[in-house]
Amino acid sequence: MQTPVLEAVKLNKYFHEPQEFHVLNDVSLTVQKGEFISIMGKSGCGKSTLLYLLSTLDTDYEGTITINNTVVSGLNERALARFRNRHIGFVFQFHYLLPEFTVLQNVMMPAIKLGALDTAAIEQQAMEKLQQMQMQDLAGKPAGKLSGGQQQRIAIARALINKPDIIMADEPTGNLDSANTAIIFDIFHEIAQQGNTIITVTHDEDFARRSDRIIQMVDGKITG
Amino acid sequence: MSLGLNLNIARVQLLARKRQTVVAMLGVTFGIAMFILMISFMKGVNQFLQDLMMSTTADIRIYNKLNTDYSTSLAGRYFSDPAGKWIIVRHPKPKQVNLNIKNAPGIVNDLRKSDRILAVSPLLSSLVIFNYGPVQWAASVDGVDIMAEDKMFGLSAKMIAGRTDDLLRMDNGIIMGYKLAKDLNLAPGDLVTLTTQSGTQLRCRVVGLFKFGISTMDEFRAYINLASMQQLLGKDRDYITDIRIKLKDTREAKKLAAVYARKYGYTADDWEVVNASIKAGNTIRDTLTYVVSFTLLVVAGFGIYNIMNMVITNKLKDIAILKAQGFTGADIMQIFLSQSLIIGIAGGLLGLLLGFLLSFGMSRVPFPEDGYVSIKFFPVLFESQYYFFGMLFGILTTFLAGMLPALKAAKIDPVAILRG
Ligand SMILES: Nc1ncnc2c1ncn2[C@@H]1O[C@H](COP(=O)(O)OP(=O)(O)OP(=O)(O)O)[C@@H](O)[C@H]1O
Ligand SMILES: [Mg+2]
Repeated sequence: MQTPVLEAVKLNKYFHEPQEFHVLNDVSLTVQKGEFISIMGKSGCGKSTLLYLLSTLDTDYEGTITINNTVVSGLNERALARFRNRHIGFVFQFHYLLPEFTVLQNVMMPAIKLGALDTAAIEQQAMEKLQQMQMQDLAGKPAGKLSGGQQQRIAIARALINKPDIIMADEPTGNLDSANTAIIFDIFHEIAQQGNTIITVTHDEDFARRSDRIIQMVDGKITG
Repeated sequence: MSLGLNLNIARVQLLARKRQTVVAMLGVTFGIAMFILMISFMKGVNQFLQDLMMSTTADIRIYNKLNTDYSTSLAGRYFSDPAGKWIIVRHPKPKQVNLNIKNAPGIVNDLRKSDRILAVSPLLSSLVIFNYGPVQWAASVDGVDIMAEDKMFGLSAKMIAGRTDDLLRMDNGIIMGYKLAKDLNLAPGDLVTLTTQSGTQLRCRVVGLFKFGISTMDEFRAYINLASMQQLLGKDRDYITDIRIKLKDTREAKKLAAVYARKYGYTADDWEVVNASIKAGNTIRDTLTYVVSFTLLVVAGFGIYNIMNMVITNKLKDIAILKAQGFTGADIMQIFLSQSLIIGIAGGLLGLLLGFLLSFGMSRVPFPEDGYVSIKFFPVLFESQYYFFGMLFGILTTFLAGMLPALKAAKIDPVAILRG
């Protein structure tokens, strides 16, 4: 059952400001369907940079990225936005929700944007995801009024709403206390077991050990 | 495609910061309200002045223009020197000329047949000295067909004593401005003697007084029958110097004046030529209106520009997250541009209402009485096109003001924001 969902070949990236800096050096990477991958490495080695490349948000690089048999390198802004909406789910270190909207509206938004289902069906799915995160009681609350741990769980529900091919997370617990960190880790393992493909950047050894594969980075290179 | 979703996001964000939204809206509201008030009032003033002017000016005046070109001399023709090379008359003296329109009754009858013309009034006018006891006073006396004159200028509506047709019933009646009568201490029924420059005299009985609300009319104008005037000046029954025309459509004046000038071979001036200064005044007031309104709208526009810039700076995270979720730059632009437009449309509609209320209030303010101008309230026009343009300007301003911040938002690089 080895089907690659994501293939990155010889990724190179440079920063020109404040000085010329080769941040990613010939990075190649294959992710199989259903894999749960942790990226580790010292601060500043280029983990986040790599994740932004893989997530199609950053287009300023050399090399090719293929996701779900689509070569995303070189697609235009419109096509990439559509692609992200359909195929990629995000969870960030800073749990970014839209504070004016309710929890439920935040979760529903990517699906409304996709427009594949009617509102009632989207709402039902969003409620299911919230239930999975045990957040269903907060569905009607404004997202801005919740704690960091709660917000991160909602962000995960939102990342799942369009059944993406890959879920990417950049230090999803970086900003949380240990209790909340434990909850988020459990959720990630749960969704990994449900067959989702996950790439997460983390500094947490225990969390990384429980994943299928650990990718070590040093100074813009993958070392193992 | 995503318009509904984008508009919904715009709406939710606007409602989340009500005070800021209201402040931005009020800027537009005041700008547009002022525009409506200014233009309604200024156009009202224009209209009032034009009506005032038109109440004493014919749409077209046909007359025999005094020839003031002395460059050619009859002498040249008599001595067969067509090129005027040899015989030069220095400083010739104008000869005695008749300024009448030949075949005037024929022209008047011809004009009266036209269906574009409302009234045709022949005129013979002269400066006359009024003698009443020891008092002497110079004023212009018009010899007119009083019924035609009434049709031209609505004279009967301006009578404050007597009636216009009293002039027809009385042998040598005179209708004069109420101020002129006051200066001469005359009342209806009194006799007054008119003396021309050449010394001929006529005794007239005052049959009526009029009030135009314009002092040049009320203090220096009187009407007698055309026949009496011809008799006073010692002219025959066909002697007429001016034919004045009132048109069904005033705007045709310029065109028709040229037609009549060519047809009858006399000078024909339309009212715009006669009252060029009024037109200049109109232009100045219009310009003033647009300058002031433009300034107000620019200020409102800057307000919106500032607020939207601030909003976008506060919303960088949201923009990044929306883009990560699959919103395109165009979607982001729609979200923020529609916020400006909602502010513009809501503020604009409110501005139309406020503008209407202010204009209405102004049209109810009594005009200070000064005895010269007869006007009861401030003149204000209510025209739907002002409201249409007000709205158009409002939307245009907010569109332009919102465009730059929205473009900026569309171009935001989500990676730079998400890195934190
Ligand atoms: N916009 C930028 N311009 C220039 N240099 C940058 C920029 N963004 C990141 N860098 C540099 O690139 C390197 C890699 O950054 P990156 O954020 O990928 O590191 P990281 O491995 O995610 O670190 P951390 O564990 O602290 O999150 C760092 O040295 C950083 O200073
Ligand atoms: Mg990082």
